[in-house]
Amino acid sequence: MSDVSFTVNGRRVSGSAEDRTLLVHFLREHLGLTGTHVGCDTSQCGACVVHVDGKAVKSCTMLAAQASGSTIVTIEGLADGAELHPVQASFKEHHGLQCGFCTPGMIMTATDMIARHPEGLDEAMVRAELEGNICRCTGYHNIVKAILAASETMAKGAKGKAKQAA
Amino acid sequence: MYSVNYHRASSVADAAKLLKNGDAKLLSGGMTLIPAMKTRLAAPSDLVDVSRLKELQGVKVSGKTVTIGAATTHYDVSTDEKLKKACPALAHMASLIGDPAVRHKGTIGGSIANNDPAADYPAALLALGATIITNKREIAADKFFKGLFETALKEGEIVTAVSFTAPAKAAYQKFRNPASRYAIVGVFVTKGKDGVRAAVTGAGEDGVFRSKEIEAALAKNFDAAALGGLKVPAKGLMSDIYASADYRANLIAVMAKRAVATANA
Repeated sequence: MSDVSFTVNGRRVSGSAEDRTLLVHFLREHLGLTGTHVGCDTSQCGACVVHVDGKAVKSCTMLAAQASGSTIVTIEGLADGAELHPVQASFKEHHGLQCGFCTPGMIMTATDMIARHPEGLDEAMVRAELEGNICRCTGYHNIVKAILAASETMAKGAKGKAKQAA
Repeated sequence: MYSVNYHRASSVADAAKLLKNGDAKLLSGGMTLIPAMKTRLAAPSDLVDVSRLKELQGVKVSGKTVTIGAATTHYDVSTDEKLKKACPALAHMASLIGDPAVRHKGTIGGSIANNDPAADYPAALLALGATIITNKREIAADKFFKGLFETALKEGEIVTAVSFTAPAKAAYQKFRNPASRYAIVGVFVTKGKDGVRAAVTGAGEDGVFRSKEIEAALAKNFDAAALGGLKVPAKGLMSDIYASADYRANLIAVMAKRAVATANA
């Protein structure tokens, strides 16, 4: 057993877990954050993607103990109260989900991808960046559309803020 | 996963001490080790996490000499501005590993210590004539990669960095398994002061190897045209559900031509 502590979605949390506990299981079972899904459990499908210290990682392939001391953001931490995050809003607007199982991972991957590409994205880039996320409904067309639209909305938002600051 | 004791090393020296616990294994990005533990293909008693050690992080470029810390992630290698100038082929190769989430965690030291027969880094380091630096000694890439998942590393030895002289020209091309993104065949070619080197991953029954045929053909003329009639022997190449040995032999020639064309572009 090890004591682990993190900042999850802005909240300091700590607990005790067996060393073999995967981060995804700690999030779901110890913290009740069941928005992060376990799809394949073999590091391929990306349903479990969360951000650890600002980087998208597969929480089914990381021990909770490895992440101790880190700042973690899960799908539950994106929205600002009742207001959806722009990527969430875009998935809703463009029907970027069918059964919804892969959606938390898709959205966490998308927010990371948009943050790493402030210069903007095109369809080929989005599809390449989605390599580690599988949608078994095969609804990629609208997922890609939603991410491209969110990337534009967020770029405009950032410019607006920069103007206000100036 | 079987029960395991997790330790976070405070230094390389501390990691070496912790490795003496039972059947301990080093943990870096964990992108191979943790899946192997989940399926119980690996069952170490202890894990020694070196991924946060500052002394193992980062890319340094000094003149033509490039040194990369063992715990530098594929993402950090692929986006390092100094490396993109000194050896863009290696930064590009790192951008082709796995997927973005894997690249955020996986490390160069972990990849070469594991020496998966279809991993990308072994081909790159062999073609670059790199030196692998451990906490005990320096090992030439030619002597480091021994066979399937086998290296020259001794019990308790820890890879701390890799170092190489940036070649005048280099490129990597791989034909990817569409599911795993591992190489079915990957070819890394370099042209440096010691001549041409070409290393092949994904294909050899004994893991990564240098191709004499490609190197001989390119020694006279470093041009894709020089590989026109190239015949790579299928002997010693892997056959599996993805590709036969003959198909892999053909792919080696195709990837080599593409790599040389990219290196010259």
